[in-house]
Amino acid sequence: MALTGIEIFKLLPKTNCKKCGFPTCLAFAMKVAQGQAKIEDCPEASEEIKSKLRDAATPPIIEVQFGTDSMKLKIGGQNVLFRHEKKFLNPTVLALEVADDDSEIETRIDEVLNSSIERVGETLRIEAIYLKNRSADISKYRDALERILKKAPQIPLILGVSSSDIAIDSLSILKGHRPILHGATAENIEEMAKVAAKFNVPLVVSAKGVEAVIPLTEKAKALGVGDLIINAEPKSIGELLRDNTFIARGALKKQIRSVGYPIITFAWGKDDFYETIVSTVGILKYSSILVLKRTLPWKNLALFTIRQNIYSDPQVPMQVKQGIYRVGEPDDKSPFIVTTNFALTYFLVKGEIENSKIPVWLGIMDCDGLSVLTAWAAGKFSASKIAQFVKESGIEEKLNHRELIIPGYVAMLKASIEDKLSGWKVVIGTKEASGIPAFLRNYVRSKNDR
Amino acid sequence: MKFSIIKESYTGSVPEITFGKNRKVSFGGEKSLPFLFFEGEHPHKPLISFEVQDSPPQDYPKELAKVYSSVWDDPVRWAKLCESFGAEAIALRLMSIHPDTTDAKAEDVADKLKKFLNEIDLPLIILGCNHTEKDAEVLPIVSDVARGFNCIIGKAQEGNYKTIAASAMAGGHSLIAMSELDVNLAKQLNILITQMGFPANKLIIDPMCSALGYGFEYTYSVMERIRIAGLIQGDPMLSSPMVADVGFYVWKTKETQAEDENSQWGSLHERGIIWEAVTACSFLLSGAELLIMRHPEAVNLVKYFIEDLISTKEK
Ligand code: SF4
Repeated sequence: MALTGIEIFKLLPKTNCKKCGFPTCLAFAMKVAQGQAKIEDCPEASEEIKSKLRDAATPPIIEVQFGTDSMKLKIGGQNVLFRHEKKFLNPTVLALEVADDDSEIETRIDEVLNSSIERVGETLRIEAIYLKNRSADISKYRDALERILKKAPQIPLILGVSSSDIAIDSLSILKGHRPILHGATAENIEEMAKVAAKFNVPLVVSAKGVEAVIPLTEKAKALGVGDLIINAEPKSIGELLRDNTFIARGALKKQIRSVGYPIITFAWGKDDFYETIVSTVGILKYSSILVLKRTLPWKNLALFTIRQNIYSDPQVPMQVKQGIYRVGEPDDKSPFIVTTNFALTYFLVKGEIENSKIPVWLGIMDCDGLSVLTAWAAGKFSASKIAQFVKESGIEEKLNHRELIIPGYVAMLKASIEDKLSGWKVVIGTKEASGIPAFLRNYVRSKNDR
Repeated sequence: MKFSIIKESYTGSVPEITFGKNRKVSFGGEKSLPFLFFEGEHPHKPLISFEVQDSPPQDYPKELAKVYSSVWDDPVRWAKLCESFGAEAIALRLMSIHPDTTDAKAEDVADKLKKFLNEIDLPLIILGCNHTEKDAEVLPIVSDVARGFNCIIGKAQEGNYKTIAASAMAGGHSLIAMSELDVNLAKQLNILITQMGFPANKLIIDPMCSALGYGFEYTYSVMERIRIAGLIQGDPMLSSPMVADVGFYVWKTKETQAEDENSQWGSLHERGIIWEAVTACSFLLSGAELLIMRHPEAVNLVKYFIEDLISTKEK
């Protein structure tokens, strides 16, 4: 939490020596509090005040960057426990575990490189590789690393090594990379922290349980490593939920610095189904990196989707792009329905049209992602805006009829839309999406009878 | 530094609901946020019920048809199949009454239900078709037929709660009250229903479910907010157990229906199951105690998930 001017003033020498360029210590303190002067400008400032200010500027869970210039990844930095309070920052990074003695390393790299899927306008993918030193052999590890770099020179890396020698060997050849170093435990924390400090890379500290992790983060920090990541080694979903809750609560509710770091979770499971469930819990509950044993398209799709859902902004309603959407294979005689671009409205309406098995042109109007009634109340789904949308959408060229179906909730707009859209007839649809299949069947039948 | 566990303090608790006649089950009753055993009692596990429909479903995709098509023209056989999968409760959805399907009359459904109650002794949730008017017409008759069977009736909504709640109360049943993804609407409906004299400890909130990828985060956050309001802020009108009607929403999505040829999405079989299981597990974490599900393999996964969570309870 930020310090006030008075709090800063109390810790200054109060000599008003003016070396900082300000007439008094108080004036200087006020400027520092406002961010308009730096504490370093006062040659007399104590270490105490400097470190207090640094601390105050650090978020409760620090943000860590890793990866490469073209693939920079940010993790941590969360400031809330529940997503309705504020948007969750920095979506969980998904990484694939690759062992250095795996004879098919290239196939595994391909899995990562080919993992991308488009969903609601976003490209989603497995972003990183965790290279595990399963062989415990320094040359095998170097060899595997070089094979990865050859095939995927820009892929963000997490180095899972068992000794500081291997860490040094790998870090020396990684140019243009800022990998995460994993492998610090109670046994080797000093050597590993020194390596991480020397190469300026983030370090994962691992121990069973939050209480055992804390002395390690404190030690590493004392040795000059600021970018730390926690692995509390949960072995069941219950432990994962409990450990992650303790860590996030400790950091966010009690500002405990020694747990204020991102969390890395290694997914496990008796099969791919269960590994997906474990990963789901990690994504929902505060894991910043999730390392998967195996990727599969259906598994990726589920994890990408849940990550996208949970890391969406709760304040901004989810929106669909404005335009004319085809549901089924509509032709020039097919019905034309207009509604707003609130994602939930769109999904429900589209789903029910699909259920009806009747092809439809679906016009989605940009109403800032509001639902029909709210958009109407806010003047964004008005007769003139609907008329303008229809005219500009190009739908007239696609149809040999001039009938527009509007949601039942805005039935009162019928006459006024017809006024503004000459040649068009407005038909009143259903209030709820669930009524659409029956409505469409009747509509098409009565049209054919005409 | 010694790390002291940071516990949340709670002022409310979730009422416990028991239903069923000869065979009974219970859920709810917890005194802390979901599965945080270290800071509050959790006397019961979440309960998973299997969905059965009273007439052959018109919209079950292939993966569900593979499991149920041989039994779905007979709800009793269907329920017995679910029992063989390990079902602890059945959710019988009266789809036949929907004006868009067969528009069945209340009397026809009542006869079917009598037979069902005779043959199946698993605890029963009886659901309408979500058509406000038709549910208001049929559910009172159904509640009466099932009098003494101690069922859960659903779903009462803003537009029809009066008749449905009154008949559920007369029949001695618990009741699901459904609102649309809004904490205040959920609270308001609970207030209206309890003002009629309906016992608050027999109410279940359905904050409106959704499927992964299709409004999922709305349900997730509304559930979290309801649990926080009920347990931490101690609002008794928001402390009811919650139901997640998972199968109904999940098996409508493209992800549970598109064939394998869409290779980017992988195998349909696994995709459908994981879509239901991920949705269900997530809503358990956000606060649901009662699930309504369809695919037996998805149910098994969720059960395993619950056991895995509970394994830390004793420690
Ligand atoms: S340099 Fe430091 S001690 Fe001197 S006036 Fe400025 S704040 Fe005060």
